[in-house]
Amino acid sequence: MTDQVHHLAPRTPLLTGERIRSAIWQIALLVGLVWLAWSAVENAARNMRARGIPTNFDFWDRTAGFDINASLIPFSAANNTYGDAFYVGLLNTLLVGACGVVLATILGFLIGIARLSSNWMVGRLAGGYVEIVRNTPLLLQLLFWYNAVLTPLPGPRQSLELPGGVWLNNRGLFMPSPDFGPGAGWAGIAILAGIVGSIVLNRLSNRKRLSTGKGFPVLFPALALIFLLPIAVFMAFGSPVTFEYPQLRGFNFTGGARVVPEFVALLLGLSLYTAAFIAEIVRAGILSVSRGQTEASSALGVSSGLTMRLIVIPQALRVIIPPLTNQYLNLIKNSSLAVFIGYPDLVQVFAGTVLNQTGAAVQVIAITMAVYLVISLLTSAFMNWFNRRIALKER
Amino acid sequence: MPPPQRTFVRSEFSPALPPPLNVAGPFAWVRANLFNSVLSSILTLLSIAFILWITPGLVRWLLIDAVWSAPDGDACRAPGAGACWAYVRAKITFFTYGAYPRDALWRVDLTLVMGAGLAMWLLWPDWPRKGIAAVLFFAIYPVVAFILLHGMGDGSRAVVNAAANAFNSDVLRDVARNSLPIIGTHLWGGIFVSLLVATVGIVVSLPMGVLLALGRQSRAPFIRFFCIVLIEVVRGVPLITVLFMANTMLPLFVPDAWTPDRLMRPLIGVALFASVYMAEVVRGGLQAVPRGQHEGAMALGLSQSKMMRLIVMPQALTIVIPGIVNSFIALFKDTTLVAIVGVFDFLRAIDTQRLDPAWNGPTISTTGYAFAAMFYFVFCFAMSRYSLMMERRLAHGRKR
Repeated sequence: MTDQVHHLAPRTPLLTGERIRSAIWQIALLVGLVWLAWSAVENAARNMRARGIPTNFDFWDRTAGFDINASLIPFSAANNTYGDAFYVGLLNTLLVGACGVVLATILGFLIGIARLSSNWMVGRLAGGYVEIVRNTPLLLQLLFWYNAVLTPLPGPRQSLELPGGVWLNNRGLFMPSPDFGPGAGWAGIAILAGIVGSIVLNRLSNRKRLSTGKGFPVLFPALALIFLLPIAVFMAFGSPVTFEYPQLRGFNFTGGARVVPEFVALLLGLSLYTAAFIAEIVRAGILSVSRGQTEASSALGVSSGLTMRLIVIPQALRVIIPPLTNQYLNLIKNSSLAVFIGYPDLVQVFAGTVLNQTGAAVQVIAITMAVYLVISLLTSAFMNWFNRRIALKER
Repeated sequence: MPPPQRTFVRSEFSPALPPPLNVAGPFAWVRANLFNSVLSSILTLLSIAFILWITPGLVRWLLIDAVWSAPDGDACRAPGAGACWAYVRAKITFFTYGAYPRDALWRVDLTLVMGAGLAMWLLWPDWPRKGIAAVLFFAIYPVVAFILLHGMGDGSRAVVNAAANAFNSDVLRDVARNSLPIIGTHLWGGIFVSLLVATVGIVVSLPMGVLLALGRQSRAPFIRFFCIVLIEVVRGVPLITVLFMANTMLPLFVPDAWTPDRLMRPLIGVALFASVYMAEVVRGGLQAVPRGQHEGAMALGLSQSKMMRLIVMPQALTIVIPGIVNSFIALFKDTTLVAIVGVFDFLRAIDTQRLDPAWNGPTISTTGYAFAAMFYFVFCFAMSRYSLMMERRLAHGRKR
């Protein structure tokens, strides 16, 4: 009996009190981390000195001495520095990321809706696409597009001609490039003015509808503002744009704009891969809206198109946006696979060539990681803002 | 004066409508599912056209025109030849084992069979004694696999020698002297390295992920801060940069004598990467355990660690089995990236062998990629079906 009482008696010895225990764990972790960091820094300093690895950022302003085959800003081996190479890589990463996000979203929504189609065949085809793409590695798909589809294309002399003066060969995609004359800027301003005007028009119409129950037509005036106004301005300045068409000279095309095959392969691979994941997210989002919502809406006499736009999509978006954000982040991070097919993105140019030439491993990798972190944080901040904006306000 | 009678009462039944034409049977199904509107009909026709356009060529290339056996690439280079399966047959040993010495392949086979058996034991829901399986898989198997694959170093030889002296056994003495010579990791490659990277990732990431997830929910501010920073930073950067870091920075951070092996560095990177993703999966499970379970455990007087070990964790880990399998699929696909730091995984083996002059030809690249795609697809598809099955089983138990 006494034994049992002894067992049931509250025990609070010194080391099991929760606060003391947590303090001990935290101090242990802190000490461990400080020791790790200190010994890492000390080892790194000694190792870097022994191997002659630079420990500062002097390399940033040194002449690069290598060429980059695709660049949004002028870059040449003789005149530009490693710092410029960083910006070239960063811009290329952002370019492929932005194009990929747009393309993957459009494709993903189309495929996701196709999977839910009442048409059995369309649903099955979309399902097969999603299964095949999601169950093979992205790297394999990229290598396939680059090595098995784009590289075996015919050379410049046997280029495939696409409509509109566009040529496709194993050196890339050659397109006519627009050459803007004076006054073309005004047309651009007119486009912006048209978009702003349409938004204002929409606001005014909504306000009138809320107060009187009847708005005024917006669609056609807005289309006129966005398309006719710029065209009119453009005409007024005498169509100041000429196209420079790519010409086959000798062994390659000159003139026009060129998209390198590495970019095409990377963009194709990234968008097709991410689209499959987005399709599943879209499907899950639409399925998450209960049937009662659709039924209630049609009971109120709302047409099926309006039901989709005003009832289903807004509720589905609530479910779709957070995982969609994750997919955008994945796409941007996956664009680093460019290094495998030689597209000069941040990792290939900076963490690859610059690191190998300068040997400044710690600095280069720290900068690369920081850039991706900042991109990730900015993207998720924007998407969180968007998510809050479209979130349904309940009660 | 009463108002005029306006009520209408039908005095006979209205005539019956004719029965609907097609509500059952194959024709009705076709109408309802393939041609239920103009748009749907157009889409169906387009789909059929697409399938008719793509299937014959694919079947011809993969099966009919394919070269099934040939001594070298000549037959595959012939115009009109399809997939060169002879090339895959000739290279299959290399694709599976890399340059691992051919007389020691049984070591790899044995390791793979043991791993597969233990994984089956862990994953198959009806097999009993998961605890033993977990200990075997997460604690003993890694050691055994390492000794089998890498060979016995001086340490393990000394251990076996001591055992031989203790039992005075000549067999053990012979084992200590001669068996399992060391095979350097520069010879490892192929499917077996892909599986190895993925297995190391999962074996390390489960316990580490549980620790990180617990740390993220801890009430101790410093531990929580550390875990959040680690998880968010590693999740915010691409795996390639983590691999680069492990490959170039890790050797700088440790004394020269400790410089990790060429294969060890990417393994550390992959394990770190997998751990933080696993931490988020486990956190989802922890948050799905109802608050009442914690309160019930506290009311029974369980200590914090007993509550976690006996009440919360078993439930949380059961809920996230599909999530764990899904992140294993992602991890398995991501193992292809270790090629960037010079590890000879399956895809790299395929991608280098396609340039072999004996076989080089227009169809070799595509054949290699098709073979790799089939391998990854079968593996990942099976895993995802398993995850779906578990999801259904779990939902079954929770249905009310």
